[in-house]
Amino acid sequence: MLTPHARGALSHAVLTAMRSADTSTLAQAPQAESAQDAHLTLWALYEQHYRGFDDVAGELEWDPLLLSIRRKLEQDFEQTLRARIPQFPAPGNFAEDFFGFVADFDGASLSGHVQRKATKEQVCQLLRHRTVYHLKESDHTTWLIPRLSDRVKAAVMELQFDEYGAGDPQRLHAHLFRRGIEDSGLDSEYGAYINEAPLEILEENNAMSLFGLNRRLRAASLGFLAAFETTSSAPSRRMAAGLQRLGFPASMVEYYTEHVEADAVHEQLAVRTICGAFLEEEPQLHDDVYFGAWTSMDLEARYAARMLKEWAA
Amino acid sequence: MTGEFQPGPQPEPQVEHPDVIFCPDGPMLLRGDHVIEDEDGNAHRTTRPVSAVCRCGGSMIKPWCDGTHKLLRRSSRD
Repeated sequence: MLTPHARGALSHAVLTAMRSADTSTLAQAPQAESAQDAHLTLWALYEQHYRGFDDVAGELEWDPLLLSIRRKLEQDFEQTLRARIPQFPAPGNFAEDFFGFVADFDGASLSGHVQRKATKEQVCQLLRHRTVYHLKESDHTTWLIPRLSDRVKAAVMELQFDEYGAGDPQRLHAHLFRRGIEDSGLDSEYGAYINEAPLEILEENNAMSLFGLNRRLRAASLGFLAAFETTSSAPSRRMAAGLQRLGFPASMVEYYTEHVEADAVHEQLAVRTICGAFLEEEPQLHDDVYFGAWTSMDLEARYAARMLKEWAA
Repeated sequence: MTGEFQPGPQPEPQVEHPDVIFCPDGPMLLRGDHVIEDEDGNAHRTTRPVSAVCRCGGSMIKPWCDGTHKLLRRSSRD
């Protein structure tokens, strides 16, 4: 993947410095012009820790000037996310309370529109946006693993092993998505559509990396995972029905039907054997689990609201 | 310092890792490889490290769970 197009003064300065491998100019980096400018910059800085860019030297992953800009953007982002949270349930029966909290969330959703009314063009646009995450599906959770106790670590691995196809690359979820995207006539190259990703998609991806890459936020990362899994089975079934209605290839439909079944398992694991066990060990992080869960649902709802507005749906 | 013996980190307690978990108001989780025979005598082999078997009867992909129990529970609560 090549570095994306800049979306303002900060991303222009940072991406130019990354490509030239001369970051000295960033000692006086400009302010972000907009949320898009900030989030594209943060996304590019995080991306260095995943697959990186063909036009950026690998050494820059740990460049102090780039890291200091990342840190500042992360602080601003975390503050924004924390300002959005509602009242969380008090500690009690975690699994029951958590499933209730997720069920009570009232936000926009795209799957019903895809199932019944979306056009093929709209669904292709949605799939292009989804490539930003789904081609590296679950990787953000893998960052967490060394930061957990034996018990929680094993529980996360039990879930992640399924995400990664239980060792079979043909069944790895990101690979299933890649195959569906190719068969749908879209570009399955990693990062191919980053330049058309709206702010909400950048925010969603950046939240995953923020929680995954900061040990301090491990509880939020686990909560994000649990809410993501808990809100997946039924929407995946609706997505599959919509894709079928519009004549998408079987492999694209199967990506979603696989998630109907897999995520009905994963939601139980994420809530009970992962978050539940984690909170028995670190009960003081109860609200951070909910912070991550809320962020997962809220960012997806913001994206859905944006697209439904754009499509006048 | 009180001079008392300060114990070092304790080993983590023995953790249960059952083969079967009944989730309250949810599916039965099955760890490992199994073949399940449904009501009609059809055999279904598990394909993942942990599988969720429907217990509410409402799943559209039986014998596996598809999360439908959450809707059933919700409508009975409302």
